Amino acid sequence: MNTLMLAVEQSTPINYLPVVLQLLVAIGFVIFMVGVTHLLGPKRKTADKLINFESGIPQVGNARQPMAIKYFLVAILFVLFDVEVIFFYPYAINFKELGTEGFMAVLMFVAFFLCGFIYIIKKGALEWEE
Amino acid sequence: MLLMQIDWFFLVEKLSLITTILLISLAIAAYATWAERKVSAIMQDRIGPSRAGIFGLLQPLADGGKLFFKEEIIPTNANKFIFIFGPCLFMTTALMTSAVIPWGPSFEFAGHTVSLQVADINIGMLFVFGVVSLGVYGIMLGGWASNNKFSLLSSIRAASQAISYELAMGLSLIALLMLTGSLSLREIVDQQHGFWNDGYFTWNFFKQPLGFFIFLVCAFAELNRAPFDLPEADSELNMGYHLEYSSMKLGLYLFAEYINMFISSAVMSVLFFGGYNYPGMDWVSANLPAWVFTFSCVSVFFIKIIAFILFFMFIRWTLPRFRYDQLMKLGWKSLIPLALVNMLITGGVILWLTK
Repeated sequence: MNTLMLAVEQSTPINYLPVVLQLLVAIGFVIFMVGVTHLLGPKRKTADKLINFESGIPQVGNARQPMAIKYFLVAILFVLFDVEVIFFYPYAINFKELGTEGFMAVLMFVAFFLCGFIYIIKKGALEWEE
Repeated sequence: MLLMQIDWFFLVEKLSLITTILLISLAIAAYATWAERKVSAIMQDRIGPSRAGIFGLLQPLADGGKLFFKEEIIPTNANKFIFIFGPCLFMTTALMTSAVIPWGPSFEFAGHTVSLQVADINIGMLFVFGVVSLGVYGIMLGGWASNNKFSLLSSIRAASQAISYELAMGLSLIALLMLTGSLSLREIVDQQHGFWNDGYFTWNFFKQPLGFFIFLVCAFAELNRAPFDLPEADSELNMGYHLEYSSMKLGLYLFAEYINMFISSAVMSVLFFGGYNYPGMDWVSANLPAWVFTFSCVSVFFIKIIAFILFFMFIRWTLPRFRYDQLMKLGWKSLIPLALVNMLITGGVILWLTK
């Protein structure tokens, strides 16, 4: 077990400090940009100007309405498969230590992955045209 | 305990590095817009921007300056807070990814070792993936909050496209990670030292050509670039998820896209094209002053990045747009199985060679 733990050099909280610094700089930059344009730009708002743009015709209803279920299906499938992909990462990092035995285990995992994958394709979850 | 380890030199070094990288990203993003217009002009036998400065070189400054003085429009139907939050989040995430990229080798300065990498964390690649995934929220929130049907369509297209290609992108990298055994980008670059070693190329591209190809296609899709620019299909959606935006909030979206392109070019050259390594670097390091070596490494890295950015542009003006069902079919039914096969073959070959 110890060899597995040692395969990756450990990072301490101090390594992450620059990331926090960069986050602060990035947020500061964004707030500065948005703030400055808010102060600089003209403010001549009229009711007509603030209507949503719909290619020049009068607005019909609004965009808060149901949309195609396909997109949600893709999102749900993504969550399922992305979790499986994340499981590959620790394996890939320790691939050389785990050797053939580990590879066999991963072949089994890939087989499970493929079962789910073939199932959703057979079910037609990824068909976009009816 | 934690505060004890922080010394002032470290803080100043990191802050100046962060600021420099921020300015360079902005400059490259600004000039990428100029380059895009010039490249498209040349490819279509036009002149392109030519009025502001020689070769139109001041055009990005004029465009940026203009955005500052434009009126901010927030539609009455829009959700005001999220409307402002969307572009801010998108830009913040675009600026965050550069934190883990090694821009050059470490060098000695005033008795300290200065590292040209903001944060050398061992989860480097996962950090990039995590931050890039957060960027999708920027598009999704901005498009939804506009309360415009075109924006909404564009943003759900963008979100489902980005998440579909993220799977193949993650899978294509696994084969590479089997080779490197590390997620740290610094480590991955060091392993590709030079160009030729033990009778074989050191750059990962030569060991993982298929992995690189899948990664490249996914990068195009993640960046919403042509031929996968469905979220910004002007002819169907007027403009895209930033249809209702004006002033610098629009500017943040446009800039962030180009910064993302810059960063993904950097990530691709780090992962597959040796980062700052180049043939004959050992000779330069041994025979020339240290600053020449550092400078040449950083220059080589930026040349690779610019080459990738130009490649993105050539593709954009060469290939027509995919249909949405073709896009999804390519992502799910071709790239994911291909990436899995690539992973298994790589694993098998490594085991066979090391036995």
